[in-house]
Amino acid sequence: MTKTDFPPSIRSRPVYGELEPRAGSFHLIVADGEGAEAVADLFAKAADAPAMRLKSHILYTAGPNGTDQWDRIEALGAAQAQKAASIPTLLFRLARVLQDMQMGSQIYLAGTEGLIGQAERDIMAFGFPHADIQKEHRGSTVRRVQCVHCKGITENVRTDPFQCSHCGLHLFVRDHYSRRLAAFQGVNIDAEDRGQIPPAVERFR
Amino acid sequence: MSGGAKLDVRVAEVVKVNDLITRFRFVARDGGLLPAFSGGAHTVVEMDDHGTRRLNPYSLMSDPEDRTGYEISVRRDDAGRGGSLFMHRHVRPDMDMVLSHPVNLFPLDNRARKHLFIAGGIGITPFIAMMHQLARFGGRFELHYAARNPALCAYGDRLKAAHGDRVHLYHDELGEVLPLAALLARQPLGTHLYCCGPKGMLNWVRGTAAAAGWPDHAVHFEEFTAPGTGAPFTVDLASSGKTITVGATQSLLEAMEAAGVDAPYLCRGGACGQCETDVIRCDGKIDHRDHWLSPEDMAAGRKIMPCVSRFEGRALVIDR
Amino acid sequence: MSLDVAYAFDEFFRDETFVDDFTYRNSPAGIRRFPFPFDRDDYMYSVNMEPHVPGRKGSVFEKTFDVDEHYVSEMRDRARVLAKDPLRCQSLPHMTLAGWDLLELIMESKAREYPQWFSLEKNGNRWRWINRPLGIDQSFTFLDETTLPYGPMEYITRQTQGDFTLQDEREGTLWVDAGMVTTQADWSLDFDIGMNFHEWHAPVPLAHEKGIFDRALKFLLKLQHGAPVRRFNWTMTVNPLLDTAPETYPEWGYMRTTLNQENMGHMMHLRVELQALFRLPRSNAIAFSIRAYLGKFEELVTVPKWGRRLHRVVRDIHPDLAAYKGFLRNRDAMAEWLSRYDDGAPTSPGWWPED
Repeated sequence: MTKTDFPPSIRSRPVYGELEPRAGSFHLIVADGEGAEAVADLFAKAADAPAMRLKSHILYTAGPNGTDQWDRIEALGAAQAQKAASIPTLLFRLARVLQDMQMGSQIYLAGTEGLIGQAERDIMAFGFPHADIQKEHRGSTVRRVQCVHCKGITENVRTDPFQCSHCGLHLFVRDHYSRRLAAFQGVNIDAEDRGQIPPAVERFR
Repeated sequence: MSGGAKLDVRVAEVVKVNDLITRFRFVARDGGLLPAFSGGAHTVVEMDDHGTRRLNPYSLMSDPEDRTGYEISVRRDDAGRGGSLFMHRHVRPDMDMVLSHPVNLFPLDNRARKHLFIAGGIGITPFIAMMHQLARFGGRFELHYAARNPALCAYGDRLKAAHGDRVHLYHDELGEVLPLAALLARQPLGTHLYCCGPKGMLNWVRGTAAAAGWPDHAVHFEEFTAPGTGAPFTVDLASSGKTITVGATQSLLEAMEAAGVDAPYLCRGGACGQCETDVIRCDGKIDHRDHWLSPEDMAAGRKIMPCVSRFEGRALVIDR
Repeated sequence: MSLDVAYAFDEFFRDETFVDDFTYRNSPAGIRRFPFPFDRDDYMYSVNMEPHVPGRKGSVFEKTFDVDEHYVSEMRDRARVLAKDPLRCQSLPHMTLAGWDLLELIMESKAREYPQWFSLEKNGNRWRWINRPLGIDQSFTFLDETTLPYGPMEYITRQTQGDFTLQDEREGTLWVDAGMVTTQADWSLDFDIGMNFHEWHAPVPLAHEKGIFDRALKFLLKLQHGAPVRRFNWTMTVNPLLDTAPETYPEWGYMRTTLNQENMGHMMHLRVELQALFRLPRSNAIAFSIRAYLGKFEELVTVPKWGRRLHRVVRDIHPDLAAYKGFLRNRDAMAEWLSRYDDGAPTSPGWWPED
């Protein structure tokens, strides 16, 4: 699967590129689902892949659609690679790795928006510039959405509108995105005309 | 109004620091307090050099919380356009002068987990104010400061006394080399790097940081350029309907101002972008000397930064 | 520790509400000084900035931070909103110094411009602040957070009308990294905090294409200490709700469906934001004050020029703007009600009522 083409949108909606190997003393790579393919492509592009492997640490988890390409990650032969049971589990490992990291490290994120956004949020919190984190989208386009009313986050949203998994309000999904929350914004669709809820359309797969 | 609000000051002290550098202290003329400022800020000093109006930016080096006065240090440039020579030869205590409000184009990134400062020569001045500010509010920093020899290492001893192990001095003539690559290899995630010094040092730090994999947005440079000198040239100002000649030691911006044209500016050193002007016609070559326009913009030749850039050729028409 | 407040209502400071029974209204003098935002009969975005210098006596531009007859009630409403949702006031960790800059700016301005209500005594960094309308007498140490009951931004903006955001300048743009936002036209600080200038304005229609935000940002980046600027923005609000937050949209959104020709005059409000921008000295941040003024349609049409002009602006506005400002569904009914106050006579340029 090649990189995802998202339709043009507003300026707060994240955009993604393609991972490119860059000079660095250490390579932190975080991926989920089909993101494994972007990681494999990254190593294939490296001028000196054996040297890069020796300085690489990969954290991986399966994608929200069930895609699990851990075999592919393992076969890359990075100095360190761990498979996490879920994104929250992966983020605990990430926090530990960040503690010892030094400037001169390169950071690569690949896979779905939920994983990329949450990893980016935690890396930013260490004072690392978010614009210098490389990000490539692969796989599912399901969204992580914050209900602006109850503040609850619903993972893997597929339809628009959808029902908040916390307060139960029916929300439409905006392209407005918060890097700090790693979430899109969901807003009540029937606040004005109560009970008038348009049929849910599958916009994210 | 171009250049913004002004501060009326009086020269309180002129202190020779070493063979090249003199320090000036300014206090408010009305005896009141000056505004606090942020570390890394500069002020534009207005000089009346025997009929020639000069506006030169200098980094503020005093404690940003000391509102009783501002201090700058000026390095004498015998081959320059004359601003530093005017400061050294003619500015005396009790003179009235005018400063711009402080402007910061070299700010600290306050989110940084650590600040790493690399200074060369007179480039030490913004870091002195930054260290005052960080020491007051508990920020983590480290200074590495290179100078030709101990005599020219202005404020080195004072900084060492104030900040101890956080200050490292290197003297070229004693064979002491700033261990840049090793330094860059041992900084915790979230460190920001700041460099102020001569052009050669900026290029060395830029290249070394890039090769070491440092992220662009964590590396900051004080990129003021003195406008420099050059051959005189003539420019047509389309909006004002004037034709002006820019003298050898004058900038295009200064020539416009001398002709009574009010043009925007902030830094007067090619860094801030405020004086950017459209080029309507160019039959010749623009000598781009700024840090603002992209290489593509410079190649296209449709924009010019009048504060530092010059022109050679038959005709230049700009939209001002 | 918390803020110990004794609200002092009197002949000047009105005791009124912005929820439930909605007793908010403007006095006749308050109507005359309403900042009517349209200087001509139509409206489109522009970078309409001007120096924030003292304006006409008695107008909302006279002082740095206007204190009017709604002050005490607005501060009580802010405390109510914050008690229900403390996330309306947030400051990212690196913005504390900017908060002190803001506190200094507001205290010095108010003590200088309204000595009958506010005073500030300084002995070095040991300060004593008195706010008589709110019954506050606070001694504290400037730049020492442990000596105030809240962070500096929250402390002073609980005592100042209007929303505030603090923008950090980095990477050639501005980042909205702190704010006190309880009187907003439908945007969420909790969601937008940490965004850069173009990101937090991303949902605004039409303006990006026109280059409005590129030009506004370039203008703001050269904003200098000592030379603040101001501009207007406006929208429409049903009922005098200061707090039209996305957070509470399910509680107030339905009110937009309850308008008719009989209640339009007292339920529909023109909401004007007087926005002022200040470069702050120690932090190099930019403080953005967004002061909301609410004027009932029936109050505004008592000024004939405003009645005529408001009708023409509402009738002719671009539908995308009406949708973004949340009144597209009521636009025709609003124009119908306002048409009664438009005899077709020409209007004079500028916004002053009598000119």
